[in-house]
Amino acid sequence: MKSKSALALLAALLLGACASERVILLPSADGRPSAVVVRDLDGSELLLERPYAATVRSLGSNRLYQEGVDQTQSRYAPVLQARPLPPFSFTLYFESGSDRLTPESRAQFARIKHEVTARPAPEVMVIGHTDRVGTRADNDALSMQRAQTMRDLLVAEGLLGGKIEVAGRGERELLVPTADEVDEARNRRVEVSIR
Amino acid sequence: MTRSHWIAAMIVAGIGGVCPALAAETAGMVKVSRGQVVIERQGEVLPAVVGTPVLVADRLRTGRDGAVGVTLRDNTLLSAGPDSLVVIDNFAFNSSTLDGRMSIGVRKGTLSVATGKIAKQTPESVDFRTPTSVLGVRGTEFIVEVDGNEE
Repeated sequence: MKSKSALALLAALLLGACASERVILLPSADGRPSAVVVRDLDGSELLLERPYAATVRSLGSNRLYQEGVDQTQSRYAPVLQARPLPPFSFTLYFESGSDRLTPESRAQFARIKHEVTARPAPEVMVIGHTDRVGTRADNDALSMQRAQTMRDLLVAEGLLGGKIEVAGRGERELLVPTADEVDEARNRRVEVSIR
Repeated sequence: MTRSHWIAAMIVAGIGGVCPALAAETAGMVKVSRGQVVIERQGEVLPAVVGTPVLVADRLRTGRDGAVGVTLRDNTLLSAGPDSLVVIDNFAFNSSTLDGRMSIGVRKGTLSVATGKIAKQTPESVDFRTPTSVLGVRGTEFIVEVDGNEE
């Protein structure tokens, strides 16, 4: 009896003194290769690069192993279920030299509205761009105007009141690089980012 | 106040102006909150309801039944499970240049991470710290679990 309680005390001390840690690499949402480098305080490194590759360390030992998919999902259900929705972005296009959306882009509104309303505490950022027709200064103004028009349209849909950030980048960030004065429809756009 | 005091005060003010880590910069926002979740900020304890801004140096603490999800400004997604303590040790992000850095501490409990724009642009300026190790990332989703009682 005495030795049993001494053993329990020893176990408690060991557990308390030495935190155990586990790291599990998850598959990336876009399916691209990814990796985590785990560095010890003494400078040694471990690389996790296969999905569900894992390391567990305690009492100075360090073990690499392959974690089970089901086990990860059930063991870490509370933390995994608390993950925020991944951000989503739309690109909408404009008629040449104007802040009028193309009909195809206008038709995307229902999807944008759905993305915004499906989210808790949504944040929306609208960034306007132009093609290279016209002066840089005019394009700065036009890109801002496109972003503001977009914001007004979203607000008119009943979204978010004034809590939409807008910015204009003019012709600085072309989607399709062109020479000056080229009329390129794919550069006349706003990006609507929702998170 | 003497002249040298004025100069010292101006130097301190100047450092505060150029070093964003000293100001309480917004790092992100609470998007998911379940059970007991609080933010500890400069000695205060605030309820971490959905929509609460998360600032640099905030400590996110969950209770037995708690879980919290936070989206950072660079689109990094963090979530913490029950009985966890996660600290925003450092965060800076310029949404125009996409330059930035972040350091997140996991003192105990569980943290899941899906890295965002900073990790894509400059992976070397992103790390996650546990009591015994530092995790570097390469465009990544992962889980960290720390058993123990370190605060």
